[in-house]
Amino acid sequence: MEHVDFSLVDWSRAQFALTAMYHYLFVPLTLGLSFIVAFMETQYVRTSNPEWKRITKFWMTLFGINFAIGVATGLILEFEFGTNWSNYSWFVGDIFGAPLAIEGIMAFFLESTFIAVMFFGWNKVSKKFHLISTWLVAIGSNLSALWILVANAWMQYPAGMKFNPDMARNEMVNFWEVLFSPVAMNKFFHTVTSAYVLSSVFVIGVSAWFLLKHRELLFAKKSIIVASVFGLVASLLIIITGDGSARNMAQHQPMKFAAMENLYKGQQNAPLAVIGLLQKNHTDTIIRKQDFTFKIEIPSLLSIMAFQDANAYVPGVDDLVNGNKQHNILSYKERTEKGKISIMSLAEYKNAKKTGNDSIANVALTKFEENYAHFGYGYYANRDVNELVPNIPLTFYSFRIMVGLGFHFIALFLVILILTKKDKIGKKRFILYTALWSIPLAYIASELGWIVAEVGRQPWVIQDILPSIAAVSQIKPASVQLTFWLFFVIFTGLLIAEIKIMLSQIKKGPEPESVDLKTN
Amino acid sequence: MFETFQYIALQQYWWIIVSLLGAILVFLMFVQGGQTLIYTLGKSEDERTILVNLLGRKWEITFTTLVTFGGAFFASFPLFYSTSFGGAYWVWMLILIAFVVQAVSYEFRKKPNNLFGHRFYEILLFINGLLGTILIGTAVATFFTGSQFSVDKMNLTLLTGNKMPIISEWTGLAYGLEAALNLQNLALGLTVFFLARVLALLYFMNRVNNTEIMERIKKQLLYNAIPFVIFFLTFTVWLLLSNGFAINPTTKEVFVEPYKYLHNLIAMPIVAVLFVVGVALVLLGIIRPITCFVKCHTKGIWATGIGTILTVFSLFLLAGFNNTAYYPSTFDLQSSLTIENSSSSYYTLTIMSYVSLLVPFVIAYIWYAWRSIDNKKIDIEEIKTETHIY
Repeated sequence: MEHVDFSLVDWSRAQFALTAMYHYLFVPLTLGLSFIVAFMETQYVRTSNPEWKRITKFWMTLFGINFAIGVATGLILEFEFGTNWSNYSWFVGDIFGAPLAIEGIMAFFLESTFIAVMFFGWNKVSKKFHLISTWLVAIGSNLSALWILVANAWMQYPAGMKFNPDMARNEMVNFWEVLFSPVAMNKFFHTVTSAYVLSSVFVIGVSAWFLLKHRELLFAKKSIIVASVFGLVASLLIIITGDGSARNMAQHQPMKFAAMENLYKGQQNAPLAVIGLLQKNHTDTIIRKQDFTFKIEIPSLLSIMAFQDANAYVPGVDDLVNGNKQHNILSYKERTEKGKISIMSLAEYKNAKKTGNDSIANVALTKFEENYAHFGYGYYANRDVNELVPNIPLTFYSFRIMVGLGFHFIALFLVILILTKKDKIGKKRFILYTALWSIPLAYIASELGWIVAEVGRQPWVIQDILPSIAAVSQIKPASVQLTFWLFFVIFTGLLIAEIKIMLSQIKKGPEPESVDLKTN
Repeated sequence: MFETFQYIALQQYWWIIVSLLGAILVFLMFVQGGQTLIYTLGKSEDERTILVNLLGRKWEITFTTLVTFGGAFFASFPLFYSTSFGGAYWVWMLILIAFVVQAVSYEFRKKPNNLFGHRFYEILLFINGLLGTILIGTAVATFFTGSQFSVDKMNLTLLTGNKMPIISEWTGLAYGLEAALNLQNLALGLTVFFLARVLALLYFMNRVNNTEIMERIKKQLLYNAIPFVIFFLTFTVWLLLSNGFAINPTTKEVFVEPYKYLHNLIAMPIVAVLFVVGVALVLLGIIRPITCFVKCHTKGIWATGIGTILTVFSLFLLAGFNNTAYYPSTFDLQSSLTIENSSSSYYTLTIMSYVSLLVPFVIAYIWYAWRSIDNKKIDIEEIKTETHIY
């Protein structure tokens, strides 16, 4: 693959990472705040207490500001599959395109139609219709998350498909396997619940600021109660789905799992390094070995996490790269050879078909199918297999910081809920400051989650089937570089504007009751 | 139900859906057209706020239709998605950027402390209106005029040599921007631009309750309708007289056929009727308010809107039906995309066809929701009492 333009691949990856990370700065707040606002409005409709309407409208304004920029960044992502990953679009478009289209038809229209009622319908539609609209916005935004996460999960665990050699692409054979694959379901629930946690932290943090300023005390306390209960429930689901994620990963993406845990040598009763510091080992002969300079371990926990069995064997980076006969693990060298056979057999099959030689075509097809599980490795024939190992420190640290922050949020929800219920929160300035400063931490945790998921699976665009070097579009790297910087400037400018607008809306606080009642 | 369809029937069904989405998108681009008229029609801050808010309640539907159009094209004709988006990179990127800057502009425009000031966001809305319409029109025109690319699925097996293992390769000079140098493409781009402005004027006419703005709308309607008609006629006459890209139904070979699109129109009388009725409705909606003397007709948006959908729909059908390559390659004719060689598998199209049954339901709730919040015309009073304004 000496003919691969790596700067093109790298810039295309960088551009996708940039847009995805910017997009995910805004999405989680949309996903969670839409429900929080719906809970609050439900309270308003149930009690007819105008205070709940003020509360709802305040958070709704922040929702609107955040929503707009989320939409802006999301558009690019959808089309980038075509603009920057054209081979990918053909190779798996038969499966991957469907969730994107369904997302548009089923979710985006729901969201965009009822968001107009939500913002402009206060004085025009009945209370009940307005409430239903608010709920439909929440459902619509979360439905859109479902479809895009099904698509993402499918890249990590390609289920329900078969390669069609005549068309040189993968085709869907079972829609339900794509939709209800365990990886997809787990990913959906894990991602949306983490979004609910972020939104809860956001609401609690902003409310804490009002309490610190001795403003809008009732508003702040009511908001805190809704958000901390929501955050706590979501946190419980996160733990369950996080556990599911680990098992899925160990099963379907063992290299990502090994990298995330910095497990170099596989073992039974594998321990989990709860905390660890890595020292980069510069010995070239050892593949991606990262020694610990410090670690705190829990024995056998990794085996339990991965296979629910303390005695289970968990393969390490070395086993996956160099193979392990005892555990029937092929080395990457062997897999690249098999992948190459698969690719060459496909070419043979097509040529034989063209010349009408059916017997050669059948032999080639059998050889192709026997080796298809390794297809993507073929693109690394004659290359350093090291390239098939993801960035270990980045995934290792990202995972630990994400989990650590997750536990911090659970503690925060619990403490702040109890203190607010006992009406003691106003005096606990340290807790209030902690809540306020937890807002950026929630964003960091969210982004780190995606870093684990996406950096950890490199170089695979489709696990084991298609690496990024064979998925890219044929464009001059300079063009991609230019669009990268264009997006960087536009998104950064808009992000700064968004933060400034958000801050001034927060400082302004909820509309005074008299103003609001005028339009009630 | 759809399982009983033949593969070609499903491919045609999906071409119809994509065409319909494209047609609805062009109609909904009245939002873009309106964005280029904010300063022409609104002479005071209050007047501009009325106009921006009228558009602001609709922009998301246009945006969502664009996203769904892209998603539906991807799901049903993935080879188009990979070839056109990955090749005509700069055209699509500029279109995308034009829409990215639109998405925040309504929400941010009037918010305090918005970093750049309200003028900046109005300029972004103008850019979206100008570039979005012209470039989408230009890109769609290449469905008839062709682009320079090659497609070879076997490139996937290239493990050595000079070429990367990439299926679709763009050979046009400027990654799609070269399309804007073709006058026929540009004519369609400008048609869409002026049509969007005409549609916006008719929309405003139907929704604004302000005499000064109404006077300006009437004047502008004429100024924009004339170039629209000129560019539209130029493109249409050119199209009907030009060569097209036909497919031999037996060998599936693509070849150049003189007057192909005229032949298509004759061969598909239903499409011809749709086209003629569409154009008539477009003109009817424009002419009635222009020629009024005393009490003016303000419902032109309906005739012109429906007419736009029918006309654009029939143009898409002309491009893809009757053995025509809908995305022709002038570099390598046999690389041209047809609804048969670029579509998804039978299974995927079947599944997606079931999903498409949701579309009428979606249209129904959009209709219901809009009716419920658009029950009266907008004036300055309403804007002043509204708690959420753009």
